[in-house]
Amino acid sequence: MDNNTFPPFLVTPEIDDEANKRIKQYPEEKKRSAVLPLLHIIQHNFGFINTEATEWVASKLELEPMQVHEVVSFYPGLREHAPGKYHMRVCRTLSCAMTGSAELMERLCELTGIDRSKSDSHHNPIAVSPCGQWSVEFAECLASCGTGPVCMVNDDFHEAVTPDNAQGLLDKYDSASKS
Amino acid sequence: MSNITYLPGKEPDQREHRLIFKNIDREGWDNSIDCYIKDGGYEQLKKAFKMEPQAITNEVKTSGLRGRGGAGFPTGVKWGFIPPNNTKPVYLICNCDESEPGTFKDRYIVHQDPHQLIEGMIISCFAVGANTAYIYIREEFPEASGILEKAIEDARAKNFLGEDILGSGFNLEIYLHRGAGAYICGEETGLIESLEGKRPYPRIKPPYFPAALGLYMSPTIVNNVESLCHVKHIIGMGGEEYAKLGTPRNTGTRILCVSGDVKKPGYYEVEVGKITMGELLNDICGGPKDGRNFKAVIPGGSSAKIMRCEETYEIKNPDGSQRNLSFYDIPMDFDTIAACGSMAGSGGVIVMDDSRKISWVLNNINHFYAHESCGQCTPCREGSMWMRKISDRIANGEATPEDVQTLEDVAYQIDGRTVCAFGEAASWPVEAIISKFRDELEAETSEDNEYLSDEAKRQLSFINQ
Repeated sequence: MDNNTFPPFLVTPEIDDEANKRIKQYPEEKKRSAVLPLLHIIQHNFGFINTEATEWVASKLELEPMQVHEVVSFYPGLREHAPGKYHMRVCRTLSCAMTGSAELMERLCELTGIDRSKSDSHHNPIAVSPCGQWSVEFAECLASCGTGPVCMVNDDFHEAVTPDNAQGLLDKYDSASKS
Repeated sequence: MSNITYLPGKEPDQREHRLIFKNIDREGWDNSIDCYIKDGGYEQLKKAFKMEPQAITNEVKTSGLRGRGGAGFPTGVKWGFIPPNNTKPVYLICNCDESEPGTFKDRYIVHQDPHQLIEGMIISCFAVGANTAYIYIREEFPEASGILEKAIEDARAKNFLGEDILGSGFNLEIYLHRGAGAYICGEETGLIESLEGKRPYPRIKPPYFPAALGLYMSPTIVNNVESLCHVKHIIGMGGEEYAKLGTPRNTGTRILCVSGDVKKPGYYEVEVGKITMGELLNDICGGPKDGRNFKAVIPGGSSAKIMRCEETYEIKNPDGSQRNLSFYDIPMDFDTIAACGSMAGSGGVIVMDDSRKISWVLNNINHFYAHESCGQCTPCREGSMWMRKISDRIANGEATPEDVQTLEDVAYQIDGRTVCAFGEAASWPVEAIISKFRDELEAETSEDNEYLSDEAKRQLSFINQ
């Protein structure tokens, strides 16, 4: 489900400049190295990576679109569909799980009305709330095992988010969307 | 160091020896270049520029520094693998893909002390003759990426990077490259493939040893964040002086990250091998939670083999004689932990108390490896998925007693049959948990489940006909 939270893909001069700056980090004939940096620029600006964007990256780096798509489809950190406005990644791995990250995930879903029953870790990891405001995903180890449960909301990092703190976490982003 | 004070509640333990983490949680400290320089930062770089590159490598060899990323390979020796008559450009890559479950040290270095890493990298690049370096940082560290970009820019403005650095005639650019959430990119050849813009399928060694055929088929040195930071201190102290820290063959300090069921989880920088498991867990970390006992410990990130806390190990002394060692007396070094059948790995110590069901732990770990297998090699791709399915059954009380044996068989068919060490990383936890907790796992299985029902047996009889 793609919602209207993000602007449609459009290459502005700023985005093109940023892309060119990244391409310069690599040797002239090794442009392909800039695949991930360019995809990050797109995902940051447009929320996810669609076919049009994949084709633009390919043309920019003189690659076949398939060579870009195989990268997009491999990495868990790259998305082909829109997440919510606030995308929450909860760490699922051992140390966080011991501190209750599964319970945190349950609580976040309850509070935002997200249904994870159709999610699976490989093919469909992200579940979006009906309002399109929130989405959740289980992430593997976020490297802060001493302060679990940890959770990322977009680019922000939060530690020691117990299930009891779930509402407080949501309030930080949108006090209006209390359920 | 007596004039250094730390933020309230973040004071290091008495038994710690802060070298890399000297500035972590330090009162009045920030991650700006000015703060770093005021504290004597970039002085080691100036010292290094007065040395011959080969002399720096020799100091690192003398120091005995072993890689802090997981394998514990001597850093100076790794640098020495660059072919002597090489004419291609040499690259250095800082592996900041910190993703071994249980490990959380690089995060603090890049957030709070990024210039320590950059200074270590410049010295290392000068030693190996690299004019281009990349920091491969995991995507889940967006804030750290911003901090490092700023730090690189500031270092460049002061001519610690760029052309003719500090009049030495040495040129260097450091670039940041963000990953995209794949554990396999921590494997050095997978990382290189990822940096080349491809799927991070690891390369087979031989022939693709990065020091000879690395990034763009050029000699490439891949070092962990913590290892590169140590280089700065080795130049500062001299290799011989550095080697006095820690114990022979296990020199220096290292950061141990403790998580799980202890009173005070956290990061502790100690001299390698100078404290024991018992001192770490019972004294520094405050022991088990009230009313609980320690059950098992994974000593070096989730790929390391699990250890039972009531076990005793029979190990060989250097002179060939035997000695018995209880779990709590194991020194926190590379060699003794290896002799006890596990590994010091990345320093991520995960502790479980008697409230944890071992089947649940096993299943959590199996989900991780099934998710992170890159899918290149069949034994790992299929095996990790089957191990997850079987441990799902055990954890859900749906397993038959034979399932434990099947799980073990699957694990041993992955181990040693894959391109990279992920195969071992995925199968060792399973092998170890089964060998140490077979009784507990089998007790959770039952003959009385749908897989052994009369109907299932009838169905099976058709297949076997």
